[in-house]
Amino acid sequence: MRYLLLALGLLGVAPLGGCSQGILDPQGPIASAERLLLINSTAIMLVVVIPVIVATLAFAWWYRTSNDRASRGTDESYEERIEFVVWSIPALTVILLGGVIWLGSHQLDPRMRIPGKSDPLRVDVVSLDWKWLFIYPDQGLAAVNQLVIPAGAPVEFRLTSATVMNSFFVPQLGSQIYTMGGMTTHLNLLADKPGEYPGFSANFSGDGFSEMRFVVKSVSPDNFNAWIDQARGSGSALDDAGYTELAKPSKAVSPTTYHSVDPKLFERIIEKTVTAPSSASGGGIERGGRHAPLRAAGG
Amino acid sequence: MLGRLSWDAIPFNEPLPLLSGAVVGIVILAVLVTVTIKGWWPYLWREWLTSVDHKRIGVMYVTLGLVMLLRGFSDAIMMRTQQAIAVGGAQGYLPPEHYNQVFSAHGTIMIFFVAMPLVIGLMNFAVPLQLGVRDVAFPVLNSISLWLAATGALLINLSLVIGNFARTGWWAYPPLSELAFSPDVGVDYYLWSLQISGIGTLLTGINFVTTILKLRAPGMTYMRMPVFCWTALASNLLIIAAFPVLTAAFVMLLLDRYLGMHFFTNEAGGNQMMYANLFWAWGHPEVYILILPAFGIYSEVVATFSGKALFSYRSMVWATLGICILSFMVWLHHFFTMGAGADVNAVFGIMSSIIAVPTGVKVFNWLFTMFRGRVVFKTPMLFSVGFIITFVIGGLTGVLLAVPPVDFVLHNSAFLVAHFHNVIIGGVVFGVLAGINYWFPKAFGFTLDERLGKASFWSWLIGFYLAFVPLYALGLMGMTRRLQHIPDPSWQPLLLVAEAGAIVIFCGILCQVAQLYVSIRTRERRLDPTGDPWDGRTLEWSTSSPPPAYNFAVLPTVETIDAFWQTKRTGRAAVEPAYEAIEMPHNSPAGFITAFFAVIMGFSLIWQIWWLAVLGFLAAATVVLIAGWSIEREHEITAAEVAQMERAR
Repeated sequence: MRYLLLALGLLGVAPLGGCSQGILDPQGPIASAERLLLINSTAIMLVVVIPVIVATLAFAWWYRTSNDRASRGTDESYEERIEFVVWSIPALTVILLGGVIWLGSHQLDPRMRIPGKSDPLRVDVVSLDWKWLFIYPDQGLAAVNQLVIPAGAPVEFRLTSATVMNSFFVPQLGSQIYTMGGMTTHLNLLADKPGEYPGFSANFSGDGFSEMRFVVKSVSPDNFNAWIDQARGSGSALDDAGYTELAKPSKAVSPTTYHSVDPKLFERIIEKTVTAPSSASGGGIERGGRHAPLRAAGG
Repeated sequence: MLGRLSWDAIPFNEPLPLLSGAVVGIVILAVLVTVTIKGWWPYLWREWLTSVDHKRIGVMYVTLGLVMLLRGFSDAIMMRTQQAIAVGGAQGYLPPEHYNQVFSAHGTIMIFFVAMPLVIGLMNFAVPLQLGVRDVAFPVLNSISLWLAATGALLINLSLVIGNFARTGWWAYPPLSELAFSPDVGVDYYLWSLQISGIGTLLTGINFVTTILKLRAPGMTYMRMPVFCWTALASNLLIIAAFPVLTAAFVMLLLDRYLGMHFFTNEAGGNQMMYANLFWAWGHPEVYILILPAFGIYSEVVATFSGKALFSYRSMVWATLGICILSFMVWLHHFFTMGAGADVNAVFGIMSSIIAVPTGVKVFNWLFTMFRGRVVFKTPMLFSVGFIITFVIGGLTGVLLAVPPVDFVLHNSAFLVAHFHNVIIGGVVFGVLAGINYWFPKAFGFTLDERLGKASFWSWLIGFYLAFVPLYALGLMGMTRRLQHIPDPSWQPLLLVAEAGAIVIFCGILCQVAQLYVSIRTRERRLDPTGDPWDGRTLEWSTSSPPPAYNFAVLPTVETIDAFWQTKRTGRAAVEPAYEAIEMPHNSPAGFITAFFAVIMGFSLIWQIWWLAVLGFLAAATVVLIAGWSIEREHEITAAEVAQMERAR
């Protein structure tokens, strides 16, 4: 009985998680679909798991030595019929789940564009030690540790790292994806309505990892345009000197914006990380060049 | 002359590691002084340190695992305490550079120097006895394996006081583990201690596969082997297949770090994802290397304490082999979030969930073994029932994480941490503790205290749920792992509950220490003259407790599964057999001396003292070669001596 209570306690965790800004409180279609998948898969498995737990407790208790009412079997009391059942129950469950996995993986592929009423917003993400750089290539501006996006518009991310591996994750918007030096990963997210959602790195990256956090501000399209105008009129330019300064390790950096940025900065960061510091040119440029067309292909 | 080693390596300005190092040092010194004063050295050297007896080696492996459990657990308590207090404005008592070492050491130690020695130790002790033979195939090699594992454990603990440990997490993913981002010796400690102990593990794998395939009692066909032997076979096959992959990955990382190569660096064509692939191509089979022998223990325990043959032996064997093969086809599920395409993710997700089929079969088989049985709730059985219930929950969360889109939101979260602790504590640790309680009377001739054993079970069980159910919840609330500082104050209550859980688990460990102490003090009253305290089914229970060095005076002839049970049921007459002379291997100091030089070599490589590293390597290699070429390896116990010992039983 105590086990059963514990198991139920485990299930009771679900509503508890919903009260804070976690993955059970989704704010976009990707996160909602992922929560649904989480709940459905759990339900499918509980159909088997709960009876197993109950049966374990029941068998262990009923067939205890001191129970005179229990009937006892012998070594020979083995039935092939039961063996058949024993293989089919988990097999059927997994066949069902296999279908869920196949469909889910394809429907929620992070590369897949999200259909939306408005045009998608392109954002290039770079993980630095230990902060996040967001480049808006179409708007020509950049921000650190804050990501302002219009609510209801799909956001297309291209991501890389100027340092070690990190993982870009906004729990309430859904899927995380790794950022890796010299490589581009792709992610598509959408926030349903205005709000502020915490984001962070979900892959350990060194001493400043715990504070490598940012805020996603989802705002109405009008407010988004107002923010663009405001950002263009304030702050400094993210030129090469500014980027070199920014790339130095620092912790718990407060959000800032840059009124202008080289729209090719993302590609140049990939080139830089794939080029050995000693040899400034050569293979690196070629490699970076190979990545550039991915923007079109990877949406 | 001394490479990178200087006085700066000793953290005089950091009281915590220095203090813990001092405490460990004092304990070791006290043990050494006691042993010297009491004059135990000759006994220890003769009977234990140079022993090639698989039973002694097994006991030493288990001892190593339990001692390292204390170290790994103190890391756990430090982490839980840091996360429970470093919330919001508070920064806790461990700055990141310490905290990051603590969680890296915790993972590395618990997997490589706690779980592995415990599992290998129990296999060492029980497999030859269950097979009805006198030792493993290569007894001296076995001793070398043990001492190489001890070498790795010693090196990793040296990092506490000389230099520092890795701050990369226990996978040491590049580029973080590359020289550019981890310039100090921490990662080198990690790499060399695991390389050296890894060689020992590989040798164990070869030794046990050979033993099980080539040395079995007359009549013991494969389908008459005890299930624990089957799981040991599967586990050691996995060791042989998987550990070289890890060794190769580490060699490449070492080449990057020592010779400036670019296997996994950000620049010059390095590919960090390749390390992730190689690491987990070892890493996922590794969890089955640990859990399969534990499954074997549960199978023995559940059958014995239900007084009934294991339900569907055949299914159990096929399920074991199925898991053995499938475990190599799922590694990518450790990084669904690196952006592989939907097809790749889906295939690996489905493969991962397929492992739940043979595992589920095993659970049902244990269930039906209890059905209409006569269940006796001794400590090993309690751990087994606790395991079944805990493990199906861990299996459920594991299959959840195998669904790629679900993993996209739970990867690297506290939910994941809870999941793998759920299967490793609820599966491997419970299994090992069941095994220790089960086989202890066989090893030492007296039973362990039941009351303290049960107390330790309840502490472990309740402590586990208290410590990890909150982490499941925190993962759903969006808490990622390895946080030195907690940003969201609303998480603190759950973190405090988790801390309390860790303390309850600590009570469980204390109960076990007390159980050992009390049982040894009262051993006269707990003697088991029968050699078969649980009414066992397999051959290890047919010999005396503790078994003689040669295990069986006359090798048993096997006609069925559960050979000893069959013998007891048919009640074969106790005719004294015709004893014959038995050839037994000599003791060998080769393992101990090899390890001595391996420590010197490993330490020198870490600190780049090249001349000493070369000397250490040559000396260790020489010792192994001398041991390998020695001709006088065996001595004979005459038939008269055997008869005398057997009659004295």
